[in-house]
Amino acid sequence: MIIPIVRTALLALRRDRVSLVLSFVVPIAFFSIFAAVFGSQRDTMPKIKVIVVDQDQSRASRQLVKALQVDGSLIVSTRPAPTKNRPAPPEFTAETAEAAVKAGDVSVALIVPHGFGYHPISFGPDTTGTAIELLNDASDTIAPQMVSGLLQKAAMTAMPETMAEQGMKYSEKYLGTFTPEQRKNMNTNLEQLRQIEKRQNADGGTGATDGPGGGIIVVKTRAVVGENKNNPMLSFEAAAIGVMFLLFTASGSAGALLDEAESGALDRVLSSRVNMNGLLAGKLVFNILLAFTQLTVMFLWAWAVFKIDFFSHIPGFVVMGLSTAFAVAAFGMLLASICRTRAQLGALSTLLILVMSAIGGSMFPRFLMPEVMQKAGLWTINAWAIDGFEKVFWRDLPVTALWQQVSVLLAIGIVLFAVARRVARRWEYA
Amino acid sequence: MSASMNPAVTSPHAPLPLEVETMVKRFGTVTAVDGISLALHGGECVGLLGPNGAGKSTLIRAIAGRVIPDAGRVSVFGAEAGSQPARAALGWVPQDLALYPRLSVKENLRSFGRYHGLSGKKLEQAVGRCLVWAALEDRAGELTRNLSGGMKRRLNMAAGLIHEPRLMLLDEPTVGVDPQSRNRIFEMIEALRAQGMTIIYTTHYMEEAERLCGRIAIVDHGRIIALGTKEALVHNSFASRSQVVARLQGREGKVAAWVAERRGKITDSTAEFTVEHPSEIAALLEGAASSGLELVDLSLRRPNLESVFLHLTGRELRD
Repeated sequence: MIIPIVRTALLALRRDRVSLVLSFVVPIAFFSIFAAVFGSQRDTMPKIKVIVVDQDQSRASRQLVKALQVDGSLIVSTRPAPTKNRPAPPEFTAETAEAAVKAGDVSVALIVPHGFGYHPISFGPDTTGTAIELLNDASDTIAPQMVSGLLQKAAMTAMPETMAEQGMKYSEKYLGTFTPEQRKNMNTNLEQLRQIEKRQNADGGTGATDGPGGGIIVVKTRAVVGENKNNPMLSFEAAAIGVMFLLFTASGSAGALLDEAESGALDRVLSSRVNMNGLLAGKLVFNILLAFTQLTVMFLWAWAVFKIDFFSHIPGFVVMGLSTAFAVAAFGMLLASICRTRAQLGALSTLLILVMSAIGGSMFPRFLMPEVMQKAGLWTINAWAIDGFEKVFWRDLPVTALWQQVSVLLAIGIVLFAVARRVARRWEYA
Repeated sequence: MSASMNPAVTSPHAPLPLEVETMVKRFGTVTAVDGISLALHGGECVGLLGPNGAGKSTLIRAIAGRVIPDAGRVSVFGAEAGSQPARAALGWVPQDLALYPRLSVKENLRSFGRYHGLSGKKLEQAVGRCLVWAALEDRAGELTRNLSGGMKRRLNMAAGLIHEPRLMLLDEPTVGVDPQSRNRIFEMIEALRAQGMTIIYTTHYMEEAERLCGRIAIVDHGRIIALGTKEALVHNSFASRSQVVARLQGREGKVAAWVAERRGKITDSTAEFTVEHPSEIAALLEGAASSGLELVDLSLRRPNLESVFLHLTGRELRD
């Protein structure tokens, strides 16, 4: 009796194209995305964007900057990209570099201070080495570690003269003529070095930690974004997960159109005073309000349970919330108008939303993705919405700083709704 | 039903409630409506009788403004079908249960009332009237999806009447309901008729058309093949003749030849003849016997709409 049941189930599955798509296409699509993100990272490791400000302009500092510039893991810029209005922009200063990190243009900025060339490197407990300041965004925990490490590598490989000169200085300082007193000093210093090494090993340190003594170049790390936040990923998660589920809700809600078309209610409504423009506009407004309410509830929950700072960001939240809600509502309307049945809508929306969420940063941060995937993500609602919410809740930027995200989301919404209106003509008249 | 719910007072110079002039509608290669013309007078109930796929619903949808004719013209009280005045004058009860299943009875009526521009006290009064008309007052708060099939049908009709239209389009309103609920629906329609409402009623049940409609249009293959009162239709097809239905046993070809010889028709292995007088039956019986055919049974009946349809199309109404 098992075979007849299997045969019947197979026949049913073969005629249920939606299930077939969900069973085979979605997993393949997902595997491909994850493979593109993680599988090929050996070749396309995401490069870290770094701003370097060389205040010292000494031989040593220039050598160091040059070494960083040729490093394949970094994209180093010393001045902003030229624009039409500013074909030759001035070099970054400490202030403009800090602003760029705060704005999220780069993850890390390095400030090589005046006097670095006099004392570029140090060993062990010697804190007299001039510290390079590393400004970072606390939400990206990987970039500062990598830059710090690469800085030490650059010093070791690109500054041989400096190393030799400093080595002699240290020989003189620590070795001298090996008098008993000098030997005692040397032993003491060596002991201290051993102690530091022990501590670093115990901490799992990599040699690229904050403060002096972490390497031959002293690096002082300062988080310029999120230093006072309790959890760097919290606002990201609220936005990322929120947008993904907004998309699901919007397409499900817009699917009511299909139910109404199937039951004949749509025909009846359109035979009343209501026309297609009014009907779709009404549905759009409802879906916007639904999506916005969903986002509000999500952020209020994050405030109540996870202590996200919600109430001091209300203007930014409202602007981003409404823009995002408009874009996702229009997306849902388009899907509903394209599909012929609820089942089609279910399959198509699942496929599209999961793909958009994967490459748009709802499942893992986009800065972890290869460059190509990061660019592909810009075609999704998720990426723009998450960027906007991050500006509001993480970078504490004013509402005016959201113009780019808001413009893109509104444009997406307008285009999708216009297409949905065009496609919905099939319901208007026969 | 209050008197304000209907209408039907038309002066001799007022535009007709409905005028359809040589309407044609094609869907791809299929011609659903093939040059239908029809005019309704105030207070009249006209039945569109025909099998599934005859073009009745397409005609109804064109009157409701939901189908644009490829040729011809449809006007409601002088206004083009689909125009705002036509929509306001028209109450459409679609064949499907065009309701919101998750809304209660009252909420459904309110929603459709609002779509027609009703609000406030006027809306509540209209909802109240419709609930009484559909005998759903005690179910006003019930979710529509929980109603019985018959109740859903009644609510479907009430939603079409919420804005006090002057012309009702009832598209097979009794589909899938039990005989008791069907009777309740008939009573609702008869109440409307008593108020003088102009009604178009589509069905493929001849009993319904006979009971409710003053005139009947027989529709087949997108055309009105006959139009008139029941009596006129029967008279036009059969005059004063009666039908004799006989089942004969014998070689198929022999039976067919014998029936054709006597100007009868064979449908579903049953032979049909028309006779002016019952005494002609004796001659038929003798003829069958002398031709070596065995008569299994035989009946005499007065022609009805079913007979008219069969006579005109050569097919059963419910084929």
